[in-house]
Amino acid sequence: MKIRTFITFVCLLFLMPVWAQLNVDMESEPAKAADNQHCFNCHANQIYSFENEVSGMTERKAMNPNFIFQPDVFYQGVHRHFACTDCHSPDYENFPHQAELRLEPMYSCIDCHGGDEAFASYHFEAIEEEFGKSVHASRHSENFNCWMCHDPHSYKAMTRSNFKISEIVTYHNQMCSNCHDNPVNFQRISDSTKKPLEQIHEFLPNFKLHFSAVRCIECHTPAEDTLWVSHNVLEKEFAVKKCTECHSANTMLMSSLYKYQNLEARKNRGTLNAVFLNESYVIGANRNIYLNIISLVLFGLTVAGILIHIFFRIKKH
Amino acid sequence: MDQRLYLYPIWLRIWHGINALMFLVLIATGISMQYSNPDAPLIRFDLAVQWHNITGIILSINYIIFVAGNLVTGNGKFYLIQLKGFVQQIIRQITYYVSGHFKGEHTPFPVTAARKFNPLQKLTYVGAMYMLVPVIIITGLALLFPEFIVTKVFEFSGIYLTALLHGAVGFLLSLFLVIHVYFSTMGSTPGSNFKSMMNGWHEPH
Repeated sequence: MKIRTFITFVCLLFLMPVWAQLNVDMESEPAKAADNQHCFNCHANQIYSFENEVSGMTERKAMNPNFIFQPDVFYQGVHRHFACTDCHSPDYENFPHQAELRLEPMYSCIDCHGGDEAFASYHFEAIEEEFGKSVHASRHSENFNCWMCHDPHSYKAMTRSNFKISEIVTYHNQMCSNCHDNPVNFQRISDSTKKPLEQIHEFLPNFKLHFSAVRCIECHTPAEDTLWVSHNVLEKEFAVKKCTECHSANTMLMSSLYKYQNLEARKNRGTLNAVFLNESYVIGANRNIYLNIISLVLFGLTVAGILIHIFFRIKKH
Repeated sequence: MDQRLYLYPIWLRIWHGINALMFLVLIATGISMQYSNPDAPLIRFDLAVQWHNITGIILSINYIIFVAGNLVTGNGKFYLIQLKGFVQQIIRQITYYVSGHFKGEHTPFPVTAARKFNPLQKLTYVGAMYMLVPVIIITGLALLFPEFIVTKVFEFSGIYLTALLHGAVGFLLSLFLVIHVYFSTMGSTPGSNFKSMMNGWHEPH
């Protein structure tokens, strides 16, 4: 625990200047790219080679797929200015790596981000609290950590930015499907076998369209005002099944998936449903006030015309 | 002499009946989905989706029967429009509905064995059945299988544009239905045209 706290402290101290300017500087060159190259020489490839000091030969080995990380993906993520050894033991710089290094503790988000004013707007403490209530925490306890969903080597803060809704949906749903639609990964934390997602969600009309248009958490977490993304993943019995929660004028998507775009739209144009127009269509939620007025006027004129005609017919009769 | 004309054969009446019923269900379920209100649902949303899909498919199959029937039986000839003088004919028919009818004038284009529809009917029926209905069927099928819809059209969601067209055409067809039903009351008696669609015989004015 001491080592963990120490590394956390060093980690915070070292990166404070970067965080203080912007939460994450995505523009400049990655701060530790040169240091990390040493690791990526092997860990970015499926095959790595090394000098076997015992045999004196150069050996080629297959890299464990779980330990392959692409530099371009890493440097697009929120931890792009980190050195690998900011989080991993500096002993990893030596090869062969010591076996016990595998047992090094993994940090949770709160270890670095907790109590940090620079990240106050991200509400990491609230996220931790929400996660504590979730089925992920209650069912799997200590076995379940942040990294099960948020790979620190590639994580992007998608929600509060101008990413396309479709990109946000794909990115977030991939986190869920990575385990919930992958029996091998699922069994890393559970012995239970799962039915295919399509079968579980067969009550949804057009399962594929729903899965490409909204995130799993839209239905599987309660609405949460403080956080951009609720982390209280509920037991399946409490998932939203009522269509009109989304398919209505007061759609809950405005406070979840479309929260950022909704606030931006209000700020810029003041039009609530404008955010829907460009990107997607949610029947019942997409309502265009002008089309509504035009259709009502046309319908009213039609009915009025008919009533006037009936009046004169009766009068003539 | 019996002046009644047998204008509506059984296949046409069955088609018309199914079409009318499907239209009503589609309009009710369509409005219920578009203006869904969890507090006061017209039809429960999931049921509305299900019924809309089923009735939409039935209407589409029924439309194929309509087109095939028109080709095979010769009923299609009633929909043929001769452009020469057509605008003047339309104006005459409108003038009749707006004023001539109230002055006791005879309809300018009485129904005969060779002329089932007056020019205004022809125009609206051709517009509805050969233009709007195909559009609503194609857009409806596209929304049923959205994987075939172009994702983006000039930065707009393809599904949104398809749904917008589907809804707009659905609205126009709803207006057509209201007007169609009303004008059906202008037969020899207010109920005669409805009776005709039951027994096949047209009652002359």
